[in-house]
Amino acid sequence: MDFLQTLKIALRALRTNKMRSFLTMLGIIIGIAAVIAMMAVGSGASYVISQQIASIGSNIILVLPGSTTSGGLRTGSGGAQTLSSDDVKAIMTDCPSVAYAAGTVRSSGQVVNGNMNWSTVIMGGAPELFEIREWPVVAGRSFNQQDEDGAIKVCLLGQTVAENLFGAADPVGSIVRIKKIPFTVIGVLERKGQSPQGQDQDDAVFVPLRTAQRNLVRSQRTGIVGAIMVKAKSEEVINKAESEIQSLLNQRHRITGGKEADFTTRNLSEILAVAEQSSKAMSLLLGAVASISLIVGGIGIMNIMLVSVTERTREIGIRMAIGAKKNDILWQFMTEAVLLTMLGGLIGIGLGAGGATAVSRMLDWPTLISPQSIVIAFVFSGAVGIFFGFYPAKKAAGLNPIDALRYE
Amino acid sequence: MSSVISLTGIRRVFSMGDQQFEALKGISFSVDAGEFVAIMGASGSGKSTCMNILGCLDLPTAGSYLLDGLDVGGMTPNQLADIRNKKLGFVFQGFNLLARTPAVENVELPLVYAGLHSKERRQKALSAMEQVGLSGKENNHPSQLSGGQQQRVAIARALVNNPAVILADEPTGNLDSSTSNEIMGLFTALNRQGITIIMVTHEHDVAAYAGRQITFKDGSIISDSQTKRTS
Ligand SMILES: Nc1ncnc2c1ncn2[C@@H]1O[C@H](COP(=O)(O)OP(=O)(O)O)[C@@H](O)[C@H]1O
Ligand SMILES: [Mg+2]
Repeated sequence: MDFLQTLKIALRALRTNKMRSFLTMLGIIIGIAAVIAMMAVGSGASYVISQQIASIGSNIILVLPGSTTSGGLRTGSGGAQTLSSDDVKAIMTDCPSVAYAAGTVRSSGQVVNGNMNWSTVIMGGAPELFEIREWPVVAGRSFNQQDEDGAIKVCLLGQTVAENLFGAADPVGSIVRIKKIPFTVIGVLERKGQSPQGQDQDDAVFVPLRTAQRNLVRSQRTGIVGAIMVKAKSEEVINKAESEIQSLLNQRHRITGGKEADFTTRNLSEILAVAEQSSKAMSLLLGAVASISLIVGGIGIMNIMLVSVTERTREIGIRMAIGAKKNDILWQFMTEAVLLTMLGGLIGIGLGAGGATAVSRMLDWPTLISPQSIVIAFVFSGAVGIFFGFYPAKKAAGLNPIDALRYE
Repeated sequence: MSSVISLTGIRRVFSMGDQQFEALKGISFSVDAGEFVAIMGASGSGKSTCMNILGCLDLPTAGSYLLDGLDVGGMTPNQLADIRNKKLGFVFQGFNLLARTPAVENVELPLVYAGLHSKERRQKALSAMEQVGLSGKENNHPSQLSGGQQQRVAIARALVNNPAVILADEPTGNLDSSTSNEIMGLFTALNRQGITIIMVTHEHDVAAYAGRQITFKDGSIISDSQTKRTS
C-alpha cells in the first residue's frame, strides 16, 4: 500500500474523532510549546549575558583595593587606598601578558549644563581605559595623553548623561560643571547598555584620571587609584596575566608569607562565562522539565491509541480479511500516532513561539527562537509518536483476523 | 472443468486449555470453476470453521487445501493475505463495511491493498458497483444505505478484485425475505457470468438458488447433492 493512501486513511481516522484527536494532541501541544518557550527564554538570557560580556570588553581583569576572604567576598575595601598610578605603570611595563592597564577613580555628583542638572557617576580614567573597554566615541574625540598628563579639565559624556543634559543637541564643545568645576565636553561615548549588575553604563561622565585625582576625589596620598582595569593580550593568557599581576603587586606591596594581600584581582570575563554557563544549564534544565510533559503527552497518545485499536478491532479484521498484511496495519496505526504528535508538535511550536514573543514584548526580555530548537522540537514530537505509537500499532497488527472480525 | 477448490481430509481441532474440540472431522470436497455451492447444516456444525479455512483466514490442523492449484498449507501470513486479496472475495452476514467511509471507497479497499493506483481503483470500483446495481450510491456512507444495499456494496467489494471464488457466510442472515431474494438473484446473475460462489446458509429456500448443496453435521459432510466429484 502506498504512503499517500496510508496517510489518507490516518487523516480520516483523526477527522472522524476531531475532539478526541485534539485532546490527545493537547499533551504534545503543551509539551512542545513549553520546550520552545523555555528554550527561547533561556537562549534569550544567554544572549543578554553574552551581550554584556561584549559590553564590558573582552579579556578584562579588575584589580581592586582590599583583601579577599577565601569565600571570594571582598572585605575592608571601602576606604582602602592601596593602589596607585605607579602600580598601573608597573603592571604595564613588567607584566608581559598585559596589553593595557588603566587606573580609575570613581566619584559621584551633580553635572550641570545651564539650568539642566543630572546626578551621575563621575569616573576618572586614563586614555587606555577606552581601549580596554572597547568603548569608542560617537561624537567628538576621546582622551589623549596630553589631556591626561596636563590634567586638563575635559570630559566625555555617556549617552544617558548627554540626553539628560543636552536633549537632542550636540554637547561637543559645550562647558558643563562637574561638582561646580567647569569642564569642556570633548566627546560623547557610544551606547553601552546595562552592565551585568543591571546598572546603566551610559549614566556616567568620564574625565582624565589625573584631572579627577586632583580635582574630584579626596585621597591621603597623590596618585591613588580606586581600581585598575587590565586587558590581557588574549583569552589564552588571561589567567597568566592575572598571576603576573598578583605576584608583581605582592612584591611591590611587600606581601609575603601569611600576610593578607591588600588588593584583589577579578577576572570579569570568567565571572560572566560562569554566569553564561549557568544560564545555559538553566535553560537546559527548563527544557528537560518541559520535555517531561512531552513524555506525559506521549503516554496519553499511547493510551488513546490502545483504546482506538480496541474500538476498531472489527475494522482491522475487515482490512485483514480483504488482504491487508500485518505491516499495512502496523503502518496505518503508526502513521496515525505520528501524524497526531507531529500535528501537535506544529501547533505547539506555533504556540511556544507566540508565547515567547509575547513574553518578550510584555517583559521587554529578549527571547531567541533558534531554527535548531524548532527542528529539534518537530523531530522530537515525531519521535514521541513513533515511540508511543509502536506498542498499540503492534497490538493491532498482531490481531487474529477471525477474532477481529467476530469482535463486537 | 478444473477444480478451483480441493479439500482433502481437512480437520480442525480447537484446544481450549486441556480440552480439545474437533470442529471439522476430516472433510473432503472439491468445487469446480463456475459452480454455485450452498453449505448447509445446523448451528455449530462447522460451516463457518470450514469457510474460514476456505477463506485462508484460518489454517487446518490436518489435511490439504488446494486453491486454484496452489497449496495453501505451507504459506506465510503475508502470502495468505495476498491470496485473500487476489483470489478470494468475502461477503459476511453483518456486511462488515467500514463506517464513515463512502461506498465506493469500501469497494476500492481490496485494490488499495493490491497496490493499484487511484485512477484504476476508482474505475474498477465504479464498474463493480454498476454490476451490483448500485450506480448513484457511490458516495453514500454505509449508514445511509439499506441493509440490502449495504450487502450489495459488500458484494461489489468481493467482486472488484476479479477473484477465483466468492465466499459468503450467511449473506442473507440479516435481511428480510424479499431483500434476501434480491441478493440471491444478484448472486445467481453473477454465477451465470462464470463466478464461482460458495455460500453458507441454513435456509432451504436460499440454498435452493445454488446448483449444489453440501450439508454438514457435527463436523462431517452428511450429504452432497453432487457427489460425483467428492473424493
Ligand atoms: N475459535 C474457536 N475456539 C473453540 N471452539 C470453536 C472456535 N470456533 C468455533 N468453535 C466451535 O466449533 C464448532 C463449529 O463452529 P462454527 O463453524 O462457527 O459453526 P457454524 O456451523 O454454526 O458456523 C462450534 O461448536 C464452535 O463452538
Ligand atoms: Mg456460522
